[in-house]
Amino acid sequence: MTNRTFVMACLTPLFIFSILFLALPIVRLFMASGEGDAGWAVYVDILRKPRYLNTLVLTVLVSLATTFAALVVSTTAGMFLVRNRFTGRGTVLSVLTLPLAFPGVVIGFLIILLGGRQGLVNQLTPGHVVFAYSAIGLFLGYLYFSIPRVLLTVMAAAEKLDPSLEEAARTLGASPYRVVIDVIIPGLMPSLVASGAIAFATAMGAFGTAFTLATNIDVIPMVIYTEFTLSANIAMASALSIVLGIITWILLLIARSLSGSTVAGGG
Amino acid sequence: MTLRLTHTAKTYPDGTKALLPTDLAVGRGEIVSLLGPSGCGKTTLLRIIAGLETPDAGSNIWFDDDNVTSLPVERRQVGMVFQSYALFPNMSVRANIGYGLKMQKLPKPEIEARVTEVLEMCQLQPFASRAITALSGGQRQRVALARAIAPRPRLLLLDEPLSALDASLRETLRDELAILLREFDITAIFVTHDQDEAMAIADRVAVMSHGHVVQSGTPEELYRNPMSAFVAGFVGNAMPLQGNADGITLHLDGGALTLPANGAGQTVFVRAEDVRIGDDGPLRGKVETVTFLGTHYRIGISGITPNTIASIHTGQNAPRVGDMIHVAIKPETLMLLPQEADLA
Amino acid sequence: MFKSKVKILQLAITLLACAFLFVPIILSVLAGLTANYFRGISSGLTLKWVFEVWDLYANSIFLSLWLAIACLVCTLIIGLPAAYGLARHPGWLSRLLEEFISLPLAIPGLALALALLQLYGSMKGFRTSWTFILVGHVLYTLPFMVRSILAVLASMDLKTLEEGAASLGASPWQRFRDIVVPNAMPGILAGALTVVTLSIGEFNLTWMLHTPYLKTLPVGLADSYASMRLEIASAYTLVFFILIVPLLMAMQWASARAQRITQ
Repeated sequence: MTNRTFVMACLTPLFIFSILFLALPIVRLFMASGEGDAGWAVYVDILRKPRYLNTLVLTVLVSLATTFAALVVSTTAGMFLVRNRFTGRGTVLSVLTLPLAFPGVVIGFLIILLGGRQGLVNQLTPGHVVFAYSAIGLFLGYLYFSIPRVLLTVMAAAEKLDPSLEEAARTLGASPYRVVIDVIIPGLMPSLVASGAIAFATAMGAFGTAFTLATNIDVIPMVIYTEFTLSANIAMASALSIVLGIITWILLLIARSLSGSTVAGGG
Repeated sequence: MTLRLTHTAKTYPDGTKALLPTDLAVGRGEIVSLLGPSGCGKTTLLRIIAGLETPDAGSNIWFDDDNVTSLPVERRQVGMVFQSYALFPNMSVRANIGYGLKMQKLPKPEIEARVTEVLEMCQLQPFASRAITALSGGQRQRVALARAIAPRPRLLLLDEPLSALDASLRETLRDELAILLREFDITAIFVTHDQDEAMAIADRVAVMSHGHVVQSGTPEELYRNPMSAFVAGFVGNAMPLQGNADGITLHLDGGALTLPANGAGQTVFVRAEDVRIGDDGPLRGKVETVTFLGTHYRIGISGITPNTIASIHTGQNAPRVGDMIHVAIKPETLMLLPQEADLA
Repeated sequence: MFKSKVKILQLAITLLACAFLFVPIILSVLAGLTANYFRGISSGLTLKWVFEVWDLYANSIFLSLWLAIACLVCTLIIGLPAAYGLARHPGWLSRLLEEFISLPLAIPGLALALALLQLYGSMKGFRTSWTFILVGHVLYTLPFMVRSILAVLASMDLKTLEEGAASLGASPWQRFRDIVVPNAMPGILAGALTVVTLSIGEFNLTWMLHTPYLKTLPVGLADSYASMRLEIASAYTLVFFILIVPLLMAMQWASARAQRITQ
């Protein structure tokens, strides 16, 4: 067997698997989206029918809020952890990256323990404070999911920042505040955009968290789920899946071209 | 083993001709060096001999009486020392050296015995069980050589075997390599861009340029009788003397020289060691640079030709920068070579 | 002055984030060990709920472990040679293939599950078998395995190492076995731990692909969150933590090690 045949043989199982279980199913999903009563106009319906449009808007808003909050919290914590060495730093880092392996359902449950009817906040505060099942709960769940991922990306970038750039800015008379604005933020920008895109994309597509929390509100993944299982509106479920998939795929493509790697997605 | 290449060429898919049709013969036990600047095709030629590159149709490679042209590298029984050594980081020194023997499916005790023998020859016994990462550059080079030689290949190929080493180490290992190769008594071809290396190690040097062998011969032949301006310049750094030849007289900016033969249509070359500074010289020039190099001075002189020419000066004291000096060049040290044709 | 103020603010945000992530975990662990969570710790600590979880969900835990191992085997069989192929044959076609198999990282699991269901849902024998869930898990974890190995292979001069082995008489298969696999080991290890960790925690695809007789650990978790008392849900979550946290730590250690090699 020549070298070339051997290399080709090595790629064959992957090729067969991805045709059978990735390419063909996606084609089928796309075909299915046009097989409903509305035909291909199903994609227009997403923007025309208030139920879908409102859901889309809400999903985008919650995802944007999550992205912004995760960036602020994780960048602050990440820079602090990169620049300071103190006892307990390892523990703090472990705590902040622990949720990496938690599926969305578990995170949903943890938010219920915080803000549900039997939750911590409701017990500690007078009156009835339950936020787990609202948009706030969803936001917190997504935030919980995103903090570790953004943190790791930002810390990896911050460790590569050349400290002599900051020192140079200092010798030129820049205040610490100006150093952040002129040196640190621009240096981190690619990884901020990348991790922001990841946070946004995962929030858009998060099913597990929504499944546990979104009993009263609709987000896109929940609508896909209910259209498919309850209304048996397979065309609409497929169309929404395609749209959602394209959005998250493009975002992660941007993220990857900027940072070169992706921290585990899913959720 | 004897090696014979006939009409061997390599054209890359994008049309680049890396090697023009080349014939080459290497005798039993001969050590041949392929010498040339980067991009001249020497590494391509070596890789074709190894079987790592497929040559164009019509090429033929013979190991003794076997035509190996279509044989893959793993069945050609060649030993190869790579420029980066390509030592396997997952194996110890001993396992690296024994790998080729293992591939020949030799019995374990025999592998052990032969590895030990090679370790001794290359003075690597103290490092036998070390990891590759724990070796110095020079030690790695010797392991690479030992690994290539252990399976007793028909032909040993070395691709710039010394270029990954520090300059100071390179000279010592160069002489060591020359001795080892003769001890192995093996037909060997090695590629280098360093003329000193080629001359120190090889029985015969093949100078390559723009994808073909321009001259091949012993180091002395190449140095004394270069057949082209390229060889004169590349081997021994000969300098062109640009002037007007009128019969056997060469008129230069700084005076006239007598040539050993009619110089019409020829370019005249001279080496720095043949440019003598002395009061009786027919040429006059101005000292531009004086570099003290321990055993001698290297003096740059302007005014004799449009470009600066160098002289090796071995006196106790040297002229100073700015001095006007007399220079002599003996006619028999001048080399008359055909004017450079466009080789590209 | 300015600097220390900034530092205090940074520290405060860092600790607040820690609290946000860690307090619910403690709550969950406590709830799983408390006799009656509504009455509080004063009702006493007990392992009763954990045992009850074992009775109710042991099958789902074993199914998840089994799936994770099967998934690991599949991703190794497909991913290891594929990573080698991609590393040895770089070019636009390989880039495209790598990009394509990475789609499951970008496309939500729900969408992938819908796609699989619509194409294979009518094949009853396959649809109701555990291998249907396995396909989903392999689809989702394969890119992690391939990329983890590819990163290590890309960082070394694989071509020259292989030429070295070939010049010593090694066939393509022998080179793969003796040179490629041993040197890719850090990447294989990191990839394997990632695959197992992700497979055990996978919910999005699995929820859509599972049948009532085939519940994985996370599916069981969702089930308990919806229909069991808080203490049992918490105890089950605790069992999940005990399983996943060591795996996560091993995965992070192995990934950091592989990354050091690639730099």
